[in-house]
Amino acid sequence: MRLRTIVPMAVGILAVGLAGAGLRADPVEDKLVIDGEVELVTRAKAPEGHPFDEVVSGWHYRTDETRALQQDSFANPAMLYVERGAEIWKTVQGAAGKSCASCHGDAAESMKGVGAHYPKWNAAAGKPVNLELQVDACRKNNMQAEPYKFDHADQKALVTYIKHQSLGAPVAVDLTQGAMQSWWDKGKDLYYTRTGQLNLSCASCHEQNNGKYIRADHLSQGNVNGFPTYRLKDADVVSLHGRLRGCVRDTRATTPKAFSDDLIALEVYVTWRGTGLAVETPAVRH
Amino acid sequence: MRDTCKTALLGATLLLATTAGARATEPIGPSDVTFVETAVSAPLTGTPGNPAEGRKAFANVRMGNCLACHKNSEMSEQLFHGDVGTPLDGVAERWKPEELRAIVVNSKKVFGPETVMPGFYSLEAGVDVAEAFKGKTILTAQQVEDIVAYLTTLKN
Ligand code: HEC
Ligand code: HEC
Ligand code: HEC
Repeated sequence: MRLRTIVPMAVGILAVGLAGAGLRADPVEDKLVIDGEVELVTRAKAPEGHPFDEVVSGWHYRTDETRALQQDSFANPAMLYVERGAEIWKTVQGAAGKSCASCHGDAAESMKGVGAHYPKWNAAAGKPVNLELQVDACRKNNMQAEPYKFDHADQKALVTYIKHQSLGAPVAVDLTQGAMQSWWDKGKDLYYTRTGQLNLSCASCHEQNNGKYIRADHLSQGNVNGFPTYRLKDADVVSLHGRLRGCVRDTRATTPKAFSDDLIALEVYVTWRGTGLAVETPAVRH
Repeated sequence: MRDTCKTALLGATLLLATTAGARATEPIGPSDVTFVETAVSAPLTGTPGNPAEGRKAFANVRMGNCLACHKNSEMSEQLFHGDVGTPLDGVAERWKPEELRAIVVNSKKVFGPETVMPGFYSLEAGVDVAEAFKGKTILTAQQVEDIVAYLTTLKN
């Protein structure tokens, strides 16, 4: 555990150092192939109504070293979370005496492709749910177990594991179900709303300036197809809501609550912006 | 509010009335800065800007953090200069001091509302400003003067 985490971290620091050496404006031309076997779609024609012609995975904006880490599932430190997720999947928890596997069997079959369609309309909840909320719903209703505290290591591990079962599947949220379209609309509004003392919107950085450097950070389109993602800076897996909270907080705005209606709406919209990109979970980023 | 306005106005009048080098006047408040086209002629404080202090505030991530978006060759000892904004090399030859002041105070008055450059001495913020920053400007009036003084040294 120790060694596998520390080695990539050192590489990460090196990688950050290199990023500043030459200010490269464009995302790198390269192919994302996991373990020399599975090639993932990292560029896709944008869906209608998208501000770009092409959506590009954040992987292309990272250094050679960081991109390489993601291509080797032994070197990818987040694969430990996948392993931990697999353990939780078959562990009995809660008063009902059940594990996820009791009902869903082999995740490689039952969860294959599932994560690529989240967030998803949930009629009972009357709103879109993301994977974290769906897992919590199963824990509460089907296992009589407590929902996870936001960003509990087990929550991140289980969601990483489930999403990993969609590795390579194209991101596709279904906006025709329920009121998904109005959540998309709300998410879009939020995406273009300037927040905080610094007065910046998501679009200020990820739409107007992607491809540019903000200090040492090469700005990507801000796609979410790699979440939960291993972040070298944190030496840890970061959940999507963790990342969104960080991006909003950095504008010196009040940090929004995880799973709040605002962040779910933003998740619906931002996920749609990456339509057609392969799920990369767990991705590796700075 | 009315009181602060009055004090600030008084400060501005005093500033105008006294000769250069006058001290201890109240700084002009962020809502009372006068823009004439793309320039702010009156210094925000009675203390002339100090370029050495300005250089520090320019680089400091909790103050100007200007390197986040701007390349500045005069500061090559600092790693990682962003390129969201224009390189600031030779900027003193492109803008007059009163224009540089206007850009730092509220860049939107110079570049238009779409610019991503924050207004460093402006209360025109985005929504949901965090409690710690509510009603506050990013830089103090003196830091603006110091940074402007530093910018005027950036010649080719
Ligand atoms: C008692 C049976 C039961 C258990 C135990 C259970 N689930 Fe479920 N799960 C269901 C049922 C039934 C559905 C579909 C209906 C619904 O949404 O509740 C479902 C739906 C899901 C879905 C959504 C699938 C889709 O196609 O959108 C996910 C993801 C999921 N469960 C994960 C889990 C995880 C993770 C656990 C363990 C923490 C778990 N479930 C435990 C019964 C169960
Ligand atoms: C001040 C600039 C800035 C703003 C504003 C900003 N971000 Fe980011 N964001 C970054 C930086 C820097 C990174 C890390 C490098 C990258 O991938 O762009 C990042 C990363 C991300 C990522 C991860 C991308 C990946 O490939 O893993 C997502 C998703 C994201 N941002 C979404 C958002 C959303 C949604 C908003 C608005 C709520 C937002 N950001 C606002 C700077 C910003
Ligand atoms: C979030 C990014 C950002 C930050 C931080 C930022 N700027 Fe800017 N700045 C810009 C952009 C973008 C422009 C170009 C104007 C435009 O088109 O919006 C600009 C333009 C300028 C110009 C005019 C340059 C020229 O040559 O025409 C000056 C001077 C300037 N900035 C100074 C500063 C100073 C001083 C700071 C720190 C106190 C700073 N900026 C912080 C984004 C930024």
